[in-house]
Amino acid sequence: MNAKWGRITLAVLAHVALIVAWYLFVKLGEVPKFVMPSPGATLEALLEPNYDWWRNVSVTATEIFGGYFIALVVGVALALAFTWSKPLEAFFMPLFVSLNMIPKVALGPLIIVWFKYGIFPNTLMAFSICVFPILLTTARGLREIEPELLDLVRSLKGSRWQLFTKIQLPGALPYIFSGMKVAAILAVAGAIVGEFLGSDKGLGYLMLQVQVTLDTPAMFMAVLLITLIGMVLYGIVLLLERLLVPKDARLA
Amino acid sequence: MKDMHSTTGAREPFIHLAGVRKVYRRGKEEHLAISDATFDVMPGELVSLVGPSGCGKSTLLKVLAGLHEHDGGEVRIGSAEHPFDPARDVGMVFQAPLLLKWRRILQNVLLPAEILGLPAAEARERARALLALVGLSGYEDKYPYELSGGMQQRAAIARALVHDPKLVLMDEPFGALDALTREKMNLELLRIWKESGKTIVFVTHGISEAVFLGTRVVVLTAGPARMADNFPVELPHPRTLDVKTQERFGEYTRRVYRLLGME
Repeated sequence: MNAKWGRITLAVLAHVALIVAWYLFVKLGEVPKFVMPSPGATLEALLEPNYDWWRNVSVTATEIFGGYFIALVVGVALALAFTWSKPLEAFFMPLFVSLNMIPKVALGPLIIVWFKYGIFPNTLMAFSICVFPILLTTARGLREIEPELLDLVRSLKGSRWQLFTKIQLPGALPYIFSGMKVAAILAVAGAIVGEFLGSDKGLGYLMLQVQVTLDTPAMFMAVLLITLIGMVLYGIVLLLERLLVPKDARLA
Repeated sequence: MKDMHSTTGAREPFIHLAGVRKVYRRGKEEHLAISDATFDVMPGELVSLVGPSGCGKSTLLKVLAGLHEHDGGEVRIGSAEHPFDPARDVGMVFQAPLLLKWRRILQNVLLPAEILGLPAAEARERARALLALVGLSGYEDKYPYELSGGMQQRAAIARALVHDPKLVLMDEPFGALDALTREKMNLELLRIWKESGKTIVFVTHGISEAVFLGTRVVVLTAGPARMADNFPVELPHPRTLDVKTQERFGEYTRRVYRLLGME
């Protein structure tokens, strides 16, 4: 328990130290505000009512969480379909591996042509960028079942659904979570790129707006808030992993 | 035939194998995995199947488990006195314990009962009793990684017994354990077998293990796969490690060694 608190203290210290260093660098180096604002000036940007922070945060968070959640459902469902049907897997899996190679960011202009501005195309962007890692790791995890365990279930005439719920899915959870962690980071990037390319709301959109007026503190604040949204998502994933996967079964 | 036996009261075999053949086909190639396996197992017997790798002993076990079809000969399990339901009368133990990492020991033992949809409360009570039988009382709420290899294998044995199967199939269950633990588990298995009264088919490549455990030893040889011998082991029960120093024990093991071309 002591070692655990020691680690937490160190982690908090590292974050505080970074903020202090940031403050000292700006103060002692007399860096102009439009190049790099101090932590205090960055916080003050929140007071500007025209930036509509809360609305922009909720738009970006909706895109990130929405795209991520849809990717999770679709990715796991496809992986399951593939373990149930070999021909389906043989047909679609190589295709998905190729599609995964497409830089999703490059699809941005097309998505805007097809779906116009707004939350939906940006959600789609976040979805398309994080569905593959989830699909690929889940498919791998579902395949990792020991053949003898399969024999055990079959000797009891267990159904396919029992095999999935009792053995395959819980067995694949460590893999699914490793895919989900990668996808959490990608989802944030996907949504922001979507907002950069074409949008009329969201933190990415706001960043482009304040860039024009060289309101660097607001840009800093936007990046900070985007990071916080990502951290919340990542934290939820870690928490779920802690709850669902016993220590020994977790992948590093 | 069957009726005659039951009316005269003679004991019918629980497992009857006659000329069993199994061929694996890959494309046009054929590989003979078992040929002419013929032996009977009486109810409550512990039969050792011994032989080198590739002799088809694991394949034979899968045929008994209903996981593989056989290609020739006769396989009959169960009798009028001891009816056999292939869906719920097979318990299996493998070389690896294959416990589910995310389940506590009690939940692991309960897996077959869950798959078969047995009443939960009764199954839990039975699982606890079986964990006591295999010497794991107090470990119900541990995770598999908190147990040693030998203890995990004990839990796997309890799992194989939880749905009260009539037949327990064991595929080199102690093959991955260190020598001392293995000896200990042999004694434990004999005790569990006596107390549970199950019919057990035990696959091993350990010759002295086969003789020490078995009421009967079936010897299989590889290349080509065939059944080489089948004899009862007339050593007294309950068996202790002293049995291994008896002359009879040496004779039995020499008999197997000779058949496997190692003498």
